[in-house]
Amino acid sequence: MQMSENEKFVPTIVAFCCNWCSYAGADLSGTNRLQYPANVKIIRVPCSCRVNPMFILRAFQRGADGVILCGCHPGDCHYTSGNFYARRRMTLLFSMLDYLGIERNRTRVEWVSAAEGAKFAATMNSFAEEITKLGPNRRLEDLRCKK
Amino acid sequence: MQRIGVFVCHCGTNIAGTVDTKAVAEALGREQCVVFATDYTYMCSESGQNLIKDTIKNEKLTGVVVCSCSPRMHETTFRKAAASVGLNPYMVEIANIREQCSWIHKDKVEATEKAIILGRAAIAKVLLNTPLTAGESPVVKRALVIGGGIAGIQTALDIAEAGFEVDIVEKKPTIGGKMTQIDKTFPTLDCAACILTPKMVDCAQNEKIKIYSYSEVDSVSGFVGNFTVKIKRKARFVDETKCTGCGLCTEKCPMKNVPNEFNLGMDNRRAIYIPFAQAVPKVATIDPDHCNMLKNGKCGVCSKVCTAGAIDYKQTDTFVEEKYGAIVVATGFNPIDVSKYGEYAYDQSKDVITSLEFERLTNAAGPTSGTLLRPSDGKHPHTIVFVQCVGSRCTPERGKQYCSKICCMYTAKHAMLTREKYPDTEVYVFYIDVRTPGKNFDEFYRRAVEDYGVHYIKGAVGKVSPQADGTLDVQASDLIMNEQLHIKADLVVLAAAIEPDKSARPLATKLTASMDTNDFFTEAHPKLRPVESPTAGIFLSGVCQGPKDIPETVSQASACAAKVIGLLVKDKLTCNPCVAHSNEMMCNGCSQCANVCPYGAITYVEKEFRMPDRTTKVRRVASVNPAVCQGCGACTVTCPSGAMDLFGFSNNQIMAEVDAICK
Repeated sequence: MQMSENEKFVPTIVAFCCNWCSYAGADLSGTNRLQYPANVKIIRVPCSCRVNPMFILRAFQRGADGVILCGCHPGDCHYTSGNFYARRRMTLLFSMLDYLGIERNRTRVEWVSAAEGAKFAATMNSFAEEITKLGPNRRLEDLRCKK
Repeated sequence: MQRIGVFVCHCGTNIAGTVDTKAVAEALGREQCVVFATDYTYMCSESGQNLIKDTIKNEKLTGVVVCSCSPRMHETTFRKAAASVGLNPYMVEIANIREQCSWIHKDKVEATEKAIILGRAAIAKVLLNTPLTAGESPVVKRALVIGGGIAGIQTALDIAEAGFEVDIVEKKPTIGGKMTQIDKTFPTLDCAACILTPKMVDCAQNEKIKIYSYSEVDSVSGFVGNFTVKIKRKARFVDETKCTGCGLCTEKCPMKNVPNEFNLGMDNRRAIYIPFAQAVPKVATIDPDHCNMLKNGKCGVCSKVCTAGAIDYKQTDTFVEEKYGAIVVATGFNPIDVSKYGEYAYDQSKDVITSLEFERLTNAAGPTSGTLLRPSDGKHPHTIVFVQCVGSRCTPERGKQYCSKICCMYTAKHAMLTREKYPDTEVYVFYIDVRTPGKNFDEFYRRAVEDYGVHYIKGAVGKVSPQADGTLDVQASDLIMNEQLHIKADLVVLAAAIEPDKSARPLATKLTASMDTNDFFTEAHPKLRPVESPTAGIFLSGVCQGPKDIPETVSQASACAAKVIGLLVKDKLTCNPCVAHSNEMMCNGCSQCANVCPYGAITYVEKEFRMPDRTTKVRRVASVNPAVCQGCGACTVTCPSGAMDLFGFSNNQIMAEVDAICK
């Protein structure tokens, strides 16, 4: 979470993107100059199945307001089945977060192919808008991590 | 203490236009362990690379961060530059501040701020990088081609031409595939057998090519450059080495009523058969479902007449194991079953046939010796209706969504040939669109319409009703004239959609090659890598990748061969070093990682560990084969004890990036 001068809430958003589809899709939205908010920061991972649920919790602990995971469309995974593993793991993680009282909309999984630059930008725009509406993540942020 | 150098690229104005690169370099220069930070117009240019190389030498850098375009673009460039001056190439990280920053933001303050954060994340990551060395694995200089149709034949011949050994595995008793059943080929109308059979003979005679006919791939293991394939050789009950192909047994066999699949069941063959005259290998095969000797132990005529003593009723399936460096998939296609479309009455009338059956009816080696006769009464048909797009371009519930690509052209060919041989025949073609892209294709179609007087009607056939007098009432709509038509037809020919062979799906699982929803194999890139599967070492040839006509199949087959040759000429392959590895001290051998590994890269070994009390203990621990591991990381998340990690994308590296971004 960060507050700009006029105290307008600007959320911090972490996007995990798989190297083969979504990261390339993000590159394509750049090549096409499609705008999305600057507070979305992308972390490249080889496959969506590389994303440990711990990474997402870590992001929330360190002050992220929303975390989105993007992978290849089901059936199109470069590693054949990685995105299926990711989907199952995230289903479990999200229901746990739900149980802990974390708003369901703070986390999201989206499938974006290397050809879907427009979808990537649209997804990031709608996700950022949603997180802005939700306001800062206060429940999971560990203020001891902030110096 | 690590020494990190940061290089911020302007990319002309591409980055510098929206990101204050000087400010980024200054801000990142203040980061922990950063001893050098600068900005430059073009980092990827020779002078930019020299700047990086000189700084690595002068400042004794241990890690490099380049803030530039996407790593998909220039990661290799900068890694090579680092390697050339002795820095491990995997100590280079890229912060993507072009595609994922300058190009998508307009506000300079915002974009600069984001570029600094992305730079910080890259620095945090590079601090945890470890030098990696790419391993090497040897290449077995042999190729396997699965499927012996025109695609497989062409690929095999081209690979053999380059001097490599090729094995062809074909599930049917002969190679040749669908093209052997075709009469003439568009747009030149040369006879399919005349151009195909010499290639089949070339395959048989080429000493580099071995044909496993009547065989199937049973299992596949290994990885690019080093596959082990178990091939199942089905029992044909005839000794291939002894059979001379004289055909005497196929004349004397008393089981005369076996439907002949080569002529699509329109005539009969014997229980012992050679599919067609030019079969390769020309060896008889006994059909165990129909042979009296194999079923009841009574008969044995073929073994009595065989002068070569080739018949062996006791033969069983055998397995051979071979090693290959590359595998080519050329499994081809089949027309769909049209009986599910009840409105065309395919099941009710013998005179409603598919286009492939029509090919056999016009082929000199077919059931009618090439005279076009109605299957029901053997009379000459005077009115023929061709129906296009049967099952193609449909809704998913009804059929295939894709265009089968070949039907427009072969229907024009059928219509044209019918009018040429039998000018008294009226020929109608019902179409949705006529699609004829291809060299000399549209000219060919126009000849059918303009010179041969084929009636092309835009519209759909709604119903085919068999009449009492043996004719077929075809009810259709003419969309241009906006009227309903009834045509009294003698023969209706359905242009059935084509679909990948049923064996393709289980084969894809064995090869861990991906497929699309229609069961066509997926290519590594739809435009730039069309003949390779995303799975390294698996190549695609022909219709198994998508609908194609013969000219396209042959060009793809040759392209595929070129890619295979490019792999086989290498003595060693460099492996991706960003692979999983297990911490043996933490691993408890639970097998969960091996369960999720899509490549079978994880095995378990018994290892001896020294305990604190000086005793030794043997434990079962996971061991990753770095040549097989592709580095997806599925195992790293699955591991309950956290013993698995991935080089290049370790848990700590990703968490460091998360921390840097959320700071």
